[in-house]
Amino acid sequence: MSSGSPHTTARAVAMLKKRRRANSVFHALGVAAIAFAIAALVWLMSSIVGTGISAFTQNVITFEVVLDEEELDPSGERDPDALRLANYRAVVQDALYERFDVGDDRQRRQEAFGLVSTSGATDIIRQQVFTDPSLVGTTMTVTAPVSDDLDQYLKGNLTTDIDESLRRVSDNQIAWAQELKASGEIKSQFNWTLFTAPDSRDPELAGVAGAIVGSLLTMLVTFVLAFPLGVGAAVYLEEYAPKNRMTDFVEININNLAAVPSIVFGLLGLAVFLNFFGMPRSAPLVGGIVLAFMTFPTIMIATRAALKAVPSGIYDGALSLGASHTQAVFHHKLPNAAPGILTGSIIGMARALGETAPLLMIGMVAFVTEIPSSITEPASALPVQIFLWSDSAEVAWEERTSAAILILLAFMIVINGAAIWLRSKLEKRW
Amino acid sequence: MRLVWRHAAAKAVSAAGEANSDAAASTARSEIRIVGSSTVYPFSTKVAQEFKNKTGVNVVVESTGSGGGHKLFCDGAGMDTPDITNSSRRQKESELAACHANGVDEVVEVMIGYDGIVIGNLREGPEFNLSLKQVYQAFAKELPTSDDDCTMVANGYNNWSEIDPSLPNETIEGYGPPPTSGTRDAFVEIAMEGGAKAYPCLAALADSDEDAFLAAAHTVREDGRWIDSGENDNVIVQTLVNTPTAVGVFGYSFLAQNTDKIKGATVDGAEPSFENITTGDYPISRSLFFYVKASHMEEIPAIRQYALEFLSDEAAGEGGYLEEIGLVPATDEARAAYRDAVVTGTGYAHEE
Repeated sequence: MSSGSPHTTARAVAMLKKRRRANSVFHALGVAAIAFAIAALVWLMSSIVGTGISAFTQNVITFEVVLDEEELDPSGERDPDALRLANYRAVVQDALYERFDVGDDRQRRQEAFGLVSTSGATDIIRQQVFTDPSLVGTTMTVTAPVSDDLDQYLKGNLTTDIDESLRRVSDNQIAWAQELKASGEIKSQFNWTLFTAPDSRDPELAGVAGAIVGSLLTMLVTFVLAFPLGVGAAVYLEEYAPKNRMTDFVEININNLAAVPSIVFGLLGLAVFLNFFGMPRSAPLVGGIVLAFMTFPTIMIATRAALKAVPSGIYDGALSLGASHTQAVFHHKLPNAAPGILTGSIIGMARALGETAPLLMIGMVAFVTEIPSSITEPASALPVQIFLWSDSAEVAWEERTSAAILILLAFMIVINGAAIWLRSKLEKRW
Repeated sequence: MRLVWRHAAAKAVSAAGEANSDAAASTARSEIRIVGSSTVYPFSTKVAQEFKNKTGVNVVVESTGSGGGHKLFCDGAGMDTPDITNSSRRQKESELAACHANGVDEVVEVMIGYDGIVIGNLREGPEFNLSLKQVYQAFAKELPTSDDDCTMVANGYNNWSEIDPSLPNETIEGYGPPPTSGTRDAFVEIAMEGGAKAYPCLAALADSDEDAFLAAAHTVREDGRWIDSGENDNVIVQTLVNTPTAVGVFGYSFLAQNTDKIKGATVDGAEPSFENITTGDYPISRSLFFYVKASHMEEIPAIRQYALEFLSDEAAGEGGYLEEIGLVPATDEARAAYRDAVVTGTGYAHEE
């Protein structure tokens, strides 16, 4: 005490300086970490949005086709099933050769036919004639997507400053496309196909509807299984089970289950549900069960944490008013833990929504031509769809893949938004 | 273990009685189940889509790789197994034997066309005019000391121009598929083996000690001059765009779709082009197949129709929709022969 305040000695001042420096270093590191995270996010999002945004529009071409009876229905019987099998490619080819007056030149014929989505145009005509066979012999106006390459060119995604032979679109096609655009026969419109169609081999016809329905059905199964199981197991372990070696062992194992790589659950699904129980391959039912195994520990851990966080006064108060143990738990503790349980469940579900690896083993990494309508029908899932599209050769898949990622992200944001909203609505402060 | 389980399950089901088996029969599937090669996948899905448009039958195509496909396919004859497996190589004798052992009696083989394997680089990059021997010299782990002395030494080539002065003075850097890929199998079996046989002593070894020859021919460098880049050919193409001096090994259909960015090296003087792959002038090409269970074609007639759609003129003929997406189809005569096999459901036997 002889030399006054301890902060005046040289040693104390040095220590104070050191402490303040440590403080500001940590502060700076924190800001840098956040800045890095934000920069990474902005970079990722701008690259995905930048590539994917153009997939939300699609150029379509309108042209007239003559539904020649000779070509489509030589028998003249107008049998819808036979008409469905007819050669509509030839009809579309004839219409385009005529429209661009290409004569017999093979090269120019290919170029003219290459303007339009060959599968798209033929199928539009096919399905219309199938439903209304009386169309045969008439002339009909078709609006079909342009080919993926032309679409990419019109969106400015293809370079044209290289030799024509190396390009995906030829000089003739460019000239025709410009002419058609000026006359309004080619126009750009919102790409509804992306949201309403099932998967397709052709980028201009591909949609995520099948994958979204597949993901929803899978998530439904996951939720129905994992939520009651997870919450039930947590309530039992937290409130009823005796604290002994056995329950410790169970607890450790469940916590470990949450850390098991997801592919292992896929292998389990293959061995147990497909091979042993003989459940259907590629079905959302099996996908849902497998993902439920993955989600269940997450829900259980979140539920236990939420139950622990309920103040003991709530439980004690209920008991002191004469409630039984079960009444106190189910009428008072559990409702008060609901926000935490819901948040944990939704985060677990969101993680399951983004999984591909376990689905690979049970055959959900697949091309399915139909939108599934039940949990036992073959289906794919949204992340799987992204994976498969990214592996395809055509340039147009690049933007479609990014668009599918944006759709998946939108799903995630909706789910996480719901979690935050529920939490803030149900949350109680003590 | 799995077999035991399955038998137990079968017993349990039969014990459960008639009602159960009736239910199983009425829930028989209507869709066609296809598994197999990721190389055939783009063509298979195209046909699946057209077939669905024409008939309304749902088709499910899984991309499991050729090996995985054969395994699933030959797992049994029941309707819970796939109807068709796609393959980027011929079915192995052992795989056909597994099929027969598991009760798949008649397997119909269909060859659909050819796939070239391209050694490509960025369009702005140097020109590569390679021979198979040079490909082998660039990517083999060990090389013979000379044409006549087959003492194997570690591959010391770092630059293309060290192999041959006519090649570009660039570091050897090759991006290609990993050993699990059918494309890699074909690259190793056709390009590397072909190149190894250009050494007279190795060609002699191939006759005397096949195992030693295969070890010498099939082993790819591990010193960073060859980089396994995953099954996704798009990733390899992207890598080439970002690495102008590197070369990549991938399927012809990816070159056909990306000619504005990538060019293919000539091999033994032949360019990787549609014509050269059809005629066989381009040396690194392989046949693509699919295999159908004859018994399933009887059960679900749509399977036969699907196979015939794959072989039809509209699909695989000149200017057909498969040609549009880069398949080099089989000749008209070959397709006619396979159509007959599909119609009659004739199984094939390995001649080897």
